Amino acid sequence: MKILVAVKRVIDYNAKVRVKADNTDVDLNNTKMAINPFCEIAVEEAIRLKEAGSASEVIVVSIGPKACQEQIRTALALGADRGIQVETADYPESLNVAKLLAQVVRDEQPGLIIMGKQAIDSDNNQTGQMLSALLDMPQGTFASEVKLEGDKAQVTREVDGGLQTLSLNLPAIITTDLRLNEPRFASLPNIMKAKRKPLAVTSPETLGVELKQHSTLLKVTPPTERSAGILVNSVDELVEKLKNEAKVL
Amino acid sequence: MAILVIAEHDNSTLKGATLNTITAAFEIASKTPGSELHLLVAGRDCQSVAEEAAKVDGVSKVLVADDASYEHQVAENVANLISQLGKDYSHIVASATSNGKNILPRVAALLDVGQISDITAVESEDTFQRPIYAGNAIATIQSLDSIKVITVRGTAFPAASIGACVESNAEITNIDSPASSDLARFVSEEVAQSDRPELTAAKVIISGGRGMGSGENFSILEQLADKLGAAVGASRAAVDAGFVPNDMQVGQTGKIVAPELYIAVGISGAIQHLAGMKDSKVIVAINKDEDAPIFSVADYGLVADLFDVMPELQLKL
Ligand SMILES: Cc1cc2nc3c(=O)[nH]c(=O)nc-3n(C[C@H](O)[C@H](O)[C@H](O)COP(=O)(O)OP(=O)(O)OC[C@H]3O[C@@H](n4cnc5c(N)ncnc54)[C@H](O)[C@@H]3O)c2cc1C
Ligand SMILES: Nc1ncnc2c1ncn2[C@@H]1O[C@H](COP(=O)(O)O)[C@@H](O)[C@H]1O
Repeated sequence: MKILVAVKRVIDYNAKVRVKADNTDVDLNNTKMAINPFCEIAVEEAIRLKEAGSASEVIVVSIGPKACQEQIRTALALGADRGIQVETADYPESLNVAKLLAQVVRDEQPGLIIMGKQAIDSDNNQTGQMLSALLDMPQGTFASEVKLEGDKAQVTREVDGGLQTLSLNLPAIITTDLRLNEPRFASLPNIMKAKRKPLAVTSPETLGVELKQHSTLLKVTPPTERSAGILVNSVDELVEKLKNEAKVL
Repeated sequence: MAILVIAEHDNSTLKGATLNTITAAFEIASKTPGSELHLLVAGRDCQSVAEEAAKVDGVSKVLVADDASYEHQVAENVANLISQLGKDYSHIVASATSNGKNILPRVAALLDVGQISDITAVESEDTFQRPIYAGNAIATIQSLDSIKVITVRGTAFPAASIGACVESNAEITNIDSPASSDLARFVSEEVAQSDRPELTAAKVIISGGRGMGSGENFSILEQLADKLGAAVGASRAAVDAGFVPNDMQVGQTGKIVAPELYIAVGISGAIQHLAGMKDSKVIVAINKDEDAPIFSVADYGLVADLFDVMPELQLKL
């Protein structure tokens, strides 16, 4: 069984975001970029399934400008077997990403597709669910545990009230939550080896997918800043302030 | 045209988040000429939810789809229903809860439209604000789709009231359910049982981080929480370390909260944590590191060892 993993190139989770002065977008010039943390967890899960003998090949796909090949190489260094870049001028909206991925899935016929639950730039949390709708496949979102049993996947999901377990018919789509695993680091030899692993480049045209615009970004503004308050010196002072100044008690 | 709001419930009562979502939908309706709100209750033996929903101010019609396949809100089945129903609506709106996030993008894709996630303000019928980059920027987005599929951040809208207007009973209509699929099957759930208020609805929240040191030590926070009628939250580090369950995580990828009072104990204040709580009215931080970033958003900071000051706070509050 093949496993397909979708990874997105995003701002490093530690990097500071600045809004452009003209309010058209955020400024990502000279910002450290990385593989989306949830996608990293997805890659790790796929590699573990391969190491456990449940999968034969791990394919990583990333959609975006040429720079996203860097994140595909990172995934290859972590242990994925080959990469596919779908070249686009920028990062398409979730439904368009889902349509491109759906075509890659039709071509590759993986038994399992693993993605992040959310890209930490857009914070959309949509693409996996959309992909499963387009392919009429079951979805196991926000997964904290995945067990493959024959032609089914048993997925434990992190939900608002606690945990929920579903049994999904394969092929299925899984989106990762933070507790699914702890990703490994790539070793230097593996980083070198990854440079020789195959990476195919394709395009929406080659895939036969027409991208449609569903929304327009009108403006991007900084959030209202919260200013630091005061330091109190004792519990007594804190209690006094909460009662008499903030009046929240 | 009407706006379809998806009710969230446990087959017996309506979840509080739905009331905030109704307020957001009502704002959209007030900017969409000739619009009214319909509420969909999809569940199993969920008549009591429908009756409760019919009393919510602003709702003019409650649609009930009662079917075994909706008992656990399995996305494949519920999304199928909503997308069939949704074709006749201008907007489909749900709460940005784990359930709403699970189902609504599937609805959007089935209708071949985009989704606008987690809105925090309504500018017009088709233009909304939403936080991006862990709340470090606010995007204003215009939807170009004929059906607008939207999830709502509950903390950004007040709760709609129940039964404030006399004669506010909406009409309840039972609707047919499309055939269910067996692609995904519910196996089990582990629902946290607690007498404390729900995190997203609590007026006071006390959250603990890695600094708590262990799960047992969280009892220090629980005792104070019980005294104040507060909920207990946590940082990701505390959840990852196994101190407390995942449903207590506050942050960019956990729960978004905005209580009257948020007390962060042994939490450093990473942007991902701040993203989930910085809209709280009053923030208190207790941390032994005076350089911890949490102090930059705290109204009242106390630089101290939490094990020294929490017992005293418990006594004096
Ligand atoms: C993709 C992604 C998503 C994330 N989502 C979230 C999220 O939703 N929510 C979230 O919280 N985090 C999230 N994080 C993690 C976040 O980046 C931080 O790692 C996390 O918030 C740190 O938790 P913490 O403050 O408890 O731990 P630490 O950063 O380790 O801080 C512990 C603090 O406790 C203090 N302390 C220790 N002992 C004591 C004592 N005895 N008395 C007083 N103070 C003490 C220390 O001074 C320190 O400031 C996410 C990260 C990623 C990459
Ligand atoms: N441009 C992209 N290329 C590859 N995968 C993507 C892309 N955008 C989103 N995804 C996948 O979809 C997941 C959720 O993203 P989103 O719905 O945008 O929050 C990500 O974690 C990725 O697995």
